[in-house]
Amino acid sequence: MEKIQLNVNGVKRSVEVDPNTPLLWVLREHLDLVGTKYGCGIAQCGACTVHINGVATRTCVLPISAVGDSKITTIEGLSKNGDHPVQQAWEEVDVAQCGYCQAGQIMTASAMLANNPRPSDKEISQNMSGHICRCGTYHRIEQAIKLASEKMQNK
Amino acid sequence: MNNTQSRRDFFKIAGTVSGGLMLGFNWNANAGKNSQINTLSEGLIDFNSYLSIEPNGKVIIFSPNPEIGQGIKTAFPLIVAEELDVDWKDVEVRQANLDTKKFERQLTGGSGAIKHSWERLRKAGATAKHMLTEAAANKWAVPMTECKAEKGFVMHTSGKRLSYGELASDASKLKAPEKVELKNSKDFKLIGKYFSGVDNKDLLVGKPLFGIDYKVPGMVHAQIQRPPSFGMKLKSFDGTEAKKMPGIIDVVSFGDKVAIVGKSTWEIMNARKVLKVEYSNNTGLESTESHNKTFSELMDKKEAEMRRKDGDIEVAFKSAAKIIEAEYQCPFVPHNAMEPMNFFADAKSDSVRLVGPTQTPQNAQNQIAKLLNIPADKITLELTKMGGGFGRRLNNDYALEAAELSSIIKTPVKVTWSREDDMTAGIYRPAVRYKFKASLDKEGNMTGYYLKGVGMNAGNSTRQDNFPACAVENLLIESIDYKSPITTGPWRAPITNFLAYAEQAFLDEVAQAAGKDPIKFRLELFEKAKTKPVGKLTYEPDRFITAIKMVAEKAGWGKKKKKTAQGFAVYFSHLSYVAQIAEMEKVKGVPTIKKVYAVTDCGIVINQSGAKNQIYGAVVDGIGTSMYGNLTFANGAPQETNYDKYRLIRFNEIPEVEAHFVDNGIDPTGLGEPALPPTGGAIANAYAKLTGKRFYKQPFIYEDSKVTAIS
Repeated sequence: MEKIQLNVNGVKRSVEVDPNTPLLWVLREHLDLVGTKYGCGIAQCGACTVHINGVATRTCVLPISAVGDSKITTIEGLSKNGDHPVQQAWEEVDVAQCGYCQAGQIMTASAMLANNPRPSDKEISQNMSGHICRCGTYHRIEQAIKLASEKMQNK
Repeated sequence: MNNTQSRRDFFKIAGTVSGGLMLGFNWNANAGKNSQINTLSEGLIDFNSYLSIEPNGKVIIFSPNPEIGQGIKTAFPLIVAEELDVDWKDVEVRQANLDTKKFERQLTGGSGAIKHSWERLRKAGATAKHMLTEAAANKWAVPMTECKAEKGFVMHTSGKRLSYGELASDASKLKAPEKVELKNSKDFKLIGKYFSGVDNKDLLVGKPLFGIDYKVPGMVHAQIQRPPSFGMKLKSFDGTEAKKMPGIIDVVSFGDKVAIVGKSTWEIMNARKVLKVEYSNNTGLESTESHNKTFSELMDKKEAEMRRKDGDIEVAFKSAAKIIEAEYQCPFVPHNAMEPMNFFADAKSDSVRLVGPTQTPQNAQNQIAKLLNIPADKITLELTKMGGGFGRRLNNDYALEAAELSSIIKTPVKVTWSREDDMTAGIYRPAVRYKFKASLDKEGNMTGYYLKGVGMNAGNSTRQDNFPACAVENLLIESIDYKSPITTGPWRAPITNFLAYAEQAFLDEVAQAAGKDPIKFRLELFEKAKTKPVGKLTYEPDRFITAIKMVAEKAGWGKKKKKTAQGFAVYFSHLSYVAQIAEMEKVKGVPTIKKVYAVTDCGIVINQSGAKNQIYGAVVDGIGTSMYGNLTFANGAPQETNYDKYRLIRFNEIPEVEAHFVDNGIDPTGLGEPALPPTGGAIANAYAKLTGKRFYKQPFIYEDSKVTAIS
């Protein structure tokens, strides 16, 4: 057990855990930030994706000891009022079916758009193919990313 | 559809504590008369009714059925709101908990909810609207016929108006009408439009909606070690080392299971690595190899269960100009719901509190009542949003485990399965092999049709009364079920998820042998079923024909450039009709799925957005499962235990999908399943057109490792 300081969604948080604990479980069970989901535990499905210093990162295999004072952003902290262009687009397009994987999809999409506000179809595909949506909402994910891209440019 | 409906004694009325109108169904069809309920004794929360209107005009609609991603939590309230004539933005939807007194058929499965509830939901809205209108008429002392309700207001011809909120209290004191008028479908303002899901706002900011997110003070976590192979039994276990691991509270056993109880999921996962368990019965364990042998043996066996017999198939085969035969096979597949199985249980000596994701909450309640010997009415179940179901959560094994464990450790506990637990514990789509044989006469008419299904714990692996039954004079359908220790269960569009592919691929082959266009060949059969059906029809040939013609028109059947190969399939399941055309091309020499057109007749579409999403998803699932889905066995153990080995379709592997609906005003039917069955067949038939080769086994990549949906 070790006392570890984290910077989550702009707030300093302190947890006492085994330093090998993956960030996913610290977020879910120690900090009650359950928007980040457990799907496979082996970095194959992407449900656990958050931003670490702005980079979309799988947290189910990332030990907390490796996070340091990096800035962690989860779905709960993506925007103050749930109005990030990607969140807005996801609602307008009505992407979700069961919704379980969508937080991970949104975190990857928003990190991509922050670096590359006008991604090509191929770039979208490359970025999003690391995620699994069992409901098969991929068509709408693509549509929502394009809508979010438009929204970001009109801002 | 301008019907006057009678009340049938299933409304109850009450005022809310705050003075609004509350209207609930007594869903129990046998229950007594319409009754007034004391406004003070039953408040909003306790009553858990169907619909309530607050004095501020806010409308709360409870959705009784479990939401697994099929969109019911949005679609059902839309139907109520339509007949109530209220602004959708004033509606708040809440998930109702299990309540066997207030609701019936509180389950999700078989795409049956919308058909079951359509009329009931409309009446609920219409009855409330009637009472609000009557309350306004009374207040103004005018005849009701001079009043009209619209968008949350009752208006009088003089221009006076009152909001539903202002009228709610008075309306709650009125008797429910004996008869209510339902809208004509052409006057629908909400039904058939595009609505975003009611959970989206909470979902998109990561609110705790799912069972796996549930937490209460004093709760412990647990995971359960089950036998690694189907057919093995627990012999002994030693939890000494596991118990010493950080965060571990206890190691207990029940049945063939060993549970590790701890303070956090991660600590439990670690402790599982040092848990020592011994299992017995290591002989006679099944493998994919042994299954293939079993399939061959049983396919050759004469004795089978006869499912349907029309005419004389032997005579048809003897006098045939041509005979076509083929065998098709599919493997076991897991459901792969993205939210792993989990459940919360707090079992006391005389009651149990349950929270979690289940498609069949009432079954869970009854089974746990029996298991723990506690009356069902002492067991409460709170429904959570579900991270997918696909049929897996029809089986409550994981809820029962949680309840049993909680009763043993006398502590509230949440059991969370690991992905590996989820994929290895069973309840799979059964492996099935089909044999088809058809005869053609000189004119290319199908004169005989034989189907034999051999399934592994599949029950009846045929659907003997489905098409082509009734369209062929001589028909024989039989099945054999093999009892395997591998547990199986319904998987999205049970049986038909594979049978449809096999049948539609086979009929394509028969059409080819007959020298006929595959669509023309089908239409001839449906014409026969329509004009001279053999036996009693269980499907409507006209609805098939309309969907087929529409998809042919949308896809430009037979009019595409030579490089584009089209494959056709059509299927009727869960009372909806879906016709599809898949298009394939060779891209750099590789057969590639480019597009799928889907035309669906599910009657009236409630929510365009949700409905289209179901079609896209079902087609994607249909492609993914036929192309990649494969769970193999060795020594009784599943070999693909996580997504590094089990392939699920991804973003870069989907073709364009075009979804259309037949607009016929017929009462709505299911949509969660029907669009999946035809997809495999449409692809296989396009592939045959493109390459001249046919797929006989799923997954397709085992027959052609290059075939792809990457566009």
